[in-house]
Amino acid sequence: MSDLSRQAGEATRSPLPLWFAMTAGTDTERRQATPSHALLVTGLALAALACLAWSVATGYAPFDLSAALGDVLAGRQTLPALVLVELRLPRALLGLLVGFSLGLSGAAMQGLLRNPLAEPGVIGVSAAAALGAVLVFYSGLAGSFALALPLGGIAGAALATLLLFGLVRRGAGTMTLILAGVAIGSAAGALTALALNLSPNPYAALEIVFWLMGSLADRSMVHVWLVLPPMLLGWGLILAGGRALDALTLGEDTAASLGFGLGRLRLQLILGTALAVGSAVAVTGAIGFVGLVVPHLLRPLVGHRPGRLLLVSGLGGAVLILLADIGLRLVRVQPELKLGVVTAIIGAPFLFSLIWRLRRSP
Amino acid sequence: MRIEATGIHIALGGRPVLAGVDLALVPGELVGLIGPNGAGKTTLLRILANLLMPDAGEVRYDGRSARALGGDALARGLSVLMQGGEVNWPLRVDHLVALGRLPHRRGLGGLSAADRDAVARALDAADAAHLRLRTAGHLSAGERMRVLFARALAVEAPMLFADEPVAALDPFHQLQIMELLQARARAGTGVLAVLHDLALAGRFCDRLVLLQDGRILADGPPEAVLTDDHLRRAYAVEVQRGQRDGVGYVLPWSRIGPREEG
Repeated sequence: MSDLSRQAGEATRSPLPLWFAMTAGTDTERRQATPSHALLVTGLALAALACLAWSVATGYAPFDLSAALGDVLAGRQTLPALVLVELRLPRALLGLLVGFSLGLSGAAMQGLLRNPLAEPGVIGVSAAAALGAVLVFYSGLAGSFALALPLGGIAGAALATLLLFGLVRRGAGTMTLILAGVAIGSAAGALTALALNLSPNPYAALEIVFWLMGSLADRSMVHVWLVLPPMLLGWGLILAGGRALDALTLGEDTAASLGFGLGRLRLQLILGTALAVGSAVAVTGAIGFVGLVVPHLLRPLVGHRPGRLLLVSGLGGAVLILLADIGLRLVRVQPELKLGVVTAIIGAPFLFSLIWRLRRSP
Repeated sequence: MRIEATGIHIALGGRPVLAGVDLALVPGELVGLIGPNGAGKTTLLRILANLLMPDAGEVRYDGRSARALGGDALARGLSVLMQGGEVNWPLRVDHLVALGRLPHRRGLGGLSAADRDAVARALDAADAAHLRLRTAGHLSAGERMRVLFARALAVEAPMLFADEPVAALDPFHQLQIMELLQARARAGTGVLAVLHDLALAGRFCDRLVLLQDGRILADGPPEAVLTDDHLRRAYAVEVQRGQRDGVGYVLPWSRIGPREEG
């Protein structure tokens, strides 16, 4: 059998074309596709908001949410009102912001590098943000003022971004970008390990290790206000690159012939990812797998279009982080499970299933 | 759109690839860019499409530089079908073809009615309308090339470049793509196609440009370019000649000693 007819045979055997054949001829597929995308975005946004509310309602101590809400609205400084505003709300909001940042950046990096195994950490900025925070721990500055840790993380992320742009000059290829990201990430990881190695006492080391595992616990609204501006800027930069990512599906030259130069897109997406993920890691520590898994799971729902995947993946990331953070409080294990541990436990089997699927399809 | 390149020089990796190329392309003409491997065909096509900056010389679009024209106007005026047919994600065919409408789209909205019409026209012209709901991963080489061709047509640009559009295709689909290119030229589009098959190039093209070692060895109607002397010098081959329905063709027949590339 010839290649052509074999491929045609495979095409007709796989379930997807069968479904397409059933819907073919209606001539309304594009008009249907647009509402279904709007429906997907709306559905995920509602799910994220629902998870946000659920997260606010979830906690260890018995808590009357409606009473607390009433107190807050009436301006009464009661204990439930304080718990809501100082503990529950910042935790839930940060979950939303960090999850959206990770999901969005993951989709952006996979689209930019045209590789489904890329994730936000590929540019090395997350590892550098973690290093920045660890150095604050190590130097003892962490106790001096409340925002020392996240500011250290943001400084680390900013320095790594500058270094990355220094290494990836105009005209450098994608391979150079990946290598530069891996190099920065490895160096930051090595220095983090060194800080642990030279840690003055085991408790300090343990504190650093726990922080590195990633958590949303005990964050305040100040953290939210600190990360909100860089995250919003980062989101804007990434979301504005949607069409260029679509064009990049056809390769760098074709994208350029359609009016989308790779150089500008790369700058835009790396800066956006550095802003969003750098500030995310600075306040929550390293939370892995979300940026890898979420774009993967949602890609088929947007017909594999990298531009449309961005917003959808951001919302999916928010849902996943919020659910994981709700879950780890519901299981009531003490000491509390770290969010990064939970997402890794969810993510690792996903990677195995990916390998399994890759092995089955030649 | 009229494209005019003058005095194009470029060296890549320390090796001179193009050394003084002048070329003008006009609407309604199917131009075949031919020449041996390493002659600089793809490099010239990329320079003409403003995808690569020459070391010296300039390319003008209707008398203006690419910078003066603007990236958007150039993207709407010149459509490029690259070699190899890279498709990174398994997009549905109609979505893939709609990427050709990106230079025309403004704001945040989806495809306009005009965009949808252009996509439908492109799919029809490339004989790919029946594939529109398939995914790119499930296409044969011929179907894939027609879909990518439809993507390039969907731009509805007055100039169309195609780098080796028939390289990986069987004879049926080679003829089909060549007929499509010819039809576009008849409809008023200026078409430049990099070709290796001299028989197809000679039969379908209005004009051939023969590149050798970064210089244009011959530029003119096929019968003036595909001479024994030119083909010996450029390809180091002897050809057999034939004729059918008043159209002559050449068939590479034997090598003349070793040929040094580049």
